[in-house]
Amino acid sequence: MDGFFSTTAGLGLIIVAQCLLVIGFVMVSLLFLVYGDRKIWAAVQMRRGPNVVGVFGLLQTVADALKYVVKEVVVPAGADRTVFMLAPLTSFVLAMLAWAVIPFNDTWVLSDINVAILFVFAVSSLEVYGVIMGGWASNSKYPFLGSLRSAAQMISYEVSIGLIIVGVIISTGSLNFGDIVRAQDGDFGLFNWYWLPHFPMVFLFFISCLAETNRPPFDLPEAESELVAGYQVEYSSTPFLLFMAGEYIAIFLMCALISLLFFGGWLSPIPGLPDGALWMVAKMAFFFFLFAMVKAIVPRYRYDQLMRLGWKVFLPMSLAWVVIVAFLAKFEVLGGFWARWAIGG
Amino acid sequence: MGIADLSFWAFAITLITGGLFTVVARNPVHSVLWLILSFLSAAGLFVLIGAEFVAMLLIIVYVGAVAVLFLFVVMMLDVDFAALKAEMATYVPVAGLIGIVLLMQLGIAFGNWQFSEGIEGRLGNPTPSLDVAHNTQALGLILYDRYFLLFQLAGLILLVAMVGAIVLTLRHRVDVKRQDVVAQMMRDPKKAMELKDVKPGQGL
Repeated sequence: MDGFFSTTAGLGLIIVAQCLLVIGFVMVSLLFLVYGDRKIWAAVQMRRGPNVVGVFGLLQTVADALKYVVKEVVVPAGADRTVFMLAPLTSFVLAMLAWAVIPFNDTWVLSDINVAILFVFAVSSLEVYGVIMGGWASNSKYPFLGSLRSAAQMISYEVSIGLIIVGVIISTGSLNFGDIVRAQDGDFGLFNWYWLPHFPMVFLFFISCLAETNRPPFDLPEAESELVAGYQVEYSSTPFLLFMAGEYIAIFLMCALISLLFFGGWLSPIPGLPDGALWMVAKMAFFFFLFAMVKAIVPRYRYDQLMRLGWKVFLPMSLAWVVIVAFLAKFEVLGGFWARWAIGG
Repeated sequence: MGIADLSFWAFAITLITGGLFTVVARNPVHSVLWLILSFLSAAGLFVLIGAEFVAMLLIIVYVGAVAVLFLFVVMMLDVDFAALKAEMATYVPVAGLIGIVLLMQLGIAFGNWQFSEGIEGRLGNPTPSLDVAHNTQALGLILYDRYFLLFQLAGLILLVAMVGAIVLTLRHRVDVKRQDVVAQMMRDPKKAMELKDVKPGQGL
């Protein structure tokens, strides 16, 4: 048996199995994340939320997914059929693709590449195509307006996300997620993580993630009071399901990214407790809880406020932070607090 | 034929098909989408020769930003395709002539192609070996150490171009209403709305 798994076919089989494992993890979490999102939202608004299908309504998402799948696919008369169908696929596949480089534990990663963080950034910058293609191919006014808004919004906030990531990269001296997390390891548990040296940027990153994934309060591409449902207006059945799933997977990916970059990934917050994948999953779930709370609490932004925040507040702040971190790291201020490569971390 | 060879042929064929359809597609939006496909395949080819940093930059800069703006502009253009096709027929002879001249120039250039001394060694080692530096580090050293001045000058030229474009298009209209964000934030909430104290579990 050992012989078979070292041949090309055997290695291929192992890789396929690992991919299926990660996809399975993400899809199963997706089911409960959507449920959790609705439950948290309901609790804030003093409602019960889904509670009929399964125990405590746990299987509500399964029922919803089934309902979407068996419904009829409606394609508008003037639509560009190929691009119309390609858009939800793009949105879903790209959201899934980035999980290839996300580590869940030390060496528990599908593809341990040197430029992992750039890969995630590249894939998340491609996600805008699903929205633009969907809006254009529907050949209808509201979806088109929604997709234009989305394109401008996602590009704007990508800039500040990129600059914040540069700060973390300067501190680590590597683009690899494994190196970034290992650089946050130390004797003081959670006080070694990057949220402390990169303190103001944690908030900026979190807010930029909300805007990048079109979550409330920045869900202007699908603002129902203005654009009905934005780029999703003409979509029904499985294509809509794919858009929806892609959106939630992207949000979950951003939760993983925040945990890895600023909150030590799989590292244990208390010195002495063992590190492990459970910490990583717990952190991701916690940040998803924050995403859900923001959706429940904060009212929607106006579009010009959103653009102003992105270009006139976040961009200058994150750019200044890159310069400050470069200075702090170069001169190893506080014994290399910002320069983990210098102290051999 | 190994997996690397197979991927090379897959990426190369996709790249050329994408390029071809960028030119022949009838709908300009489809053209841009094909162009994006060929950018992605080019990034795949970069990964195959071990230049993963350049590949990711290609995707982030060209596909993630430049092509989105292309698509943005092309989508909003109101182009009459039938008129465009009819007009194209009148320009075919001139375009063909320019094409032939370019082809001949390329032929002349490649006919006199000469290799400099020791080219095999340099082609074999485009970057330092991976034990010395990742290609991200190698690229950083070249850009920020060896060609520091040229790199900064290139950045300056881009900055000037950007300022120029903004100056040319910026038109401050006085006859429109504007949002004054500072005034909005400084507004006294007491004059704008009434706050009710809602007890949990009771509602209003």
